[in-house]
Amino acid sequence: MLEAILLTVSMAATPLLLAAIGELVVERSGVLNLGVEGMMIMGAVTGFGVALMTGNPFLGALAAIIVGALFSLLFAFLTLTLVTNQVATGLALTLLGLGLSGMIGESFVGQPGVRLPRLDVPFLSELPIVGRLVFSQDMIFYVSVFLTVAVAWFLFYTKAGLTLRSVGDNHNSAHALGIKVVRIRYLAVLFGGACAGLAGAHLSLVYVPQWVENMTAGRGWIALALVVFASWRPLRVLAGAYLFGAVSIGQLHAQALGIGIPSQLLSALPYIATIVVLVLISRNRRLTMVNTPASLGRPFVPDR
Amino acid sequence: MRLELVKRPQQSTLFSALSPFIAFGLTIVAGAILFAALGKDPIETLYYYFIDPLTETWSLHELAIKAAPLILIAVGLSVCFLSSNWNIGAEGQFIMGAIAGSILPVLFPDFQFWFVLPLMLIMGMAGGAAYAFIPAILKVRFNTNEILSSLMLVYVAQLFLDWLVRGPWRNPQGFNFPETRNFHEYAILPEIWSASGRAHWGFVFALVAAFVLWFMLSKTLKGFEVKVIGQSPRAGRFAGFSAGRMVVFAFLVSGAMAGLAGISEVAGAIGQLRPTISPGYGFTAIIVAFLGRLNPLGIVAAGLILALTYLGGEAAQISVGLSDKVVRAFQGSILFFVLACDTLIHYRVRLVRPAQKAEAAHA
Repeated sequence: MLEAILLTVSMAATPLLLAAIGELVVERSGVLNLGVEGMMIMGAVTGFGVALMTGNPFLGALAAIIVGALFSLLFAFLTLTLVTNQVATGLALTLLGLGLSGMIGESFVGQPGVRLPRLDVPFLSELPIVGRLVFSQDMIFYVSVFLTVAVAWFLFYTKAGLTLRSVGDNHNSAHALGIKVVRIRYLAVLFGGACAGLAGAHLSLVYVPQWVENMTAGRGWIALALVVFASWRPLRVLAGAYLFGAVSIGQLHAQALGIGIPSQLLSALPYIATIVVLVLISRNRRLTMVNTPASLGRPFVPDR
Repeated sequence: MRLELVKRPQQSTLFSALSPFIAFGLTIVAGAILFAALGKDPIETLYYYFIDPLTETWSLHELAIKAAPLILIAVGLSVCFLSSNWNIGAEGQFIMGAIAGSILPVLFPDFQFWFVLPLMLIMGMAGGAAYAFIPAILKVRFNTNEILSSLMLVYVAQLFLDWLVRGPWRNPQGFNFPETRNFHEYAILPEIWSASGRAHWGFVFALVAAFVLWFMLSKTLKGFEVKVIGQSPRAGRFAGFSAGRMVVFAFLVSGAMAGLAGISEVAGAIGQLRPTISPGYGFTAIIVAFLGRLNPLGIVAAGLILALTYLGGEAAQISVGLSDKVVRAFQGSILFFVLACDTLIHYRVRLVRPAQKAEAAHA
């Protein structure tokens, strides 16, 4: 029983983790992309559709990554090349993504999906409890954990990571040092889009192998909140994602038990928890000031 | 080849006026391509989208019904966006306004006097404003990101409405349908000109609100304060304006407008509360606000255009069999073109070839 619950928690946490890790890299480079929800839902519909048509869920996941990245390119072109307002453009990306995905996915509604198979790690998957939880999961779970560690290492232990953070903290100084600010930001945004696309594919290929309109249900926004909650630190994102996974699974179990609390109140819990956590984190100004990328959301036009 | 931006010394007045039109033109072209890709005759589809709904009186009334909430919400949002407060939870404030305004006709159905309706409208505004106050006070007191908190509150409001109409507020004579009792006649927002169609007074409220906020923004000190704080918080501080008070002011205004839109929609167009009372007006209004260049008078025009896409979507579904899902994709693309064209106001855009650039460097 406990094992099954923990397994569902990790399934709920994986898309949040993936999307948040991608956005963390984007924000560390100084760009605020509020389009996570839109890129995620585009990934979800693409992953489902390609898996349905080819019968191969791995191709579906791959296509979701590509579409997520291409969709983020739209945002990158507007905010980085045309220097539009990042908040407004991110919102536009979300609105467009929700609309486009509804249109593309109209014929997928009600169709049985293709589930991404579990991959067992030999020997390790036979360990008690840990075996099923950690070594007998779908591919996207492994990718999410690997990416978290890889991003933590990249940002804080490599020269390229330092360069990316310097772009996010002071783009004018970075530019003066000859760093290609815009190019680095393009790459970061593309990475964020790819991660959000894969996160969406997890929803439609693993979590509920179905296509439902608006199936992301605000997860992209929760991922954005997680980045703030984690004060832009990858390993804290991991902790936060699993905490939120636990809240959303906990409320589902409470609904199933029917303990007399209106189901709507329980469904609202993840959203209320997000607000409460944001308040708790952001009231500590020192913590947030130290880690917030100083150029976050600021427009950059190189002066030659 | 690459794009290069050169900052204009001053905003281009030409492009300030032209950019919404260029954006709209580009959206039409993109729409035509989209329709063609979906296997429909683009010209015919565009006709049903943008011309057909304007040809009959009853559909002009429908246009006013759809435009009213969009304009009301968007003029409120313009105050927020101009002061750099990113309230994106108008959908939630719309719902809370509708709920607060419905207290009288739902819980006290026997309380039937002429002043019920004015009370409902005031309570609707108060409800929307109170709900918008939450992200505002969290931002001022705890430095909490208002984008995320206001958006999360949308989901909470939707679930709250769902609970009300399925639970305590369900119509006792309603055969278990998830809806409240029908509002009595004193709680219904009357039609403007009932002989010709069903447009209600919500549209008049929208026009009045747009005018009042236009006056406030362009002719009063308060409007100047909004813009100064939005463009340069530092300059605002030197002028003695309080950024914190501006956050609360902007959210209260936009919340009240969204709340008024909510109660007008329920008391005018629907006549009762249901689990879903809005096809996403609160989010579409963001597009309206930007298409109207955050100017309340521009927003009136933009609201009519976006309302037209809702009607056109229905018309195109009936006549050429185009899915109604296309509307939201179409609306989403408008905002992209608007934002891209706004670049022309602040920058000159040049195409530069690498060789050319090298020459320029030598010269």
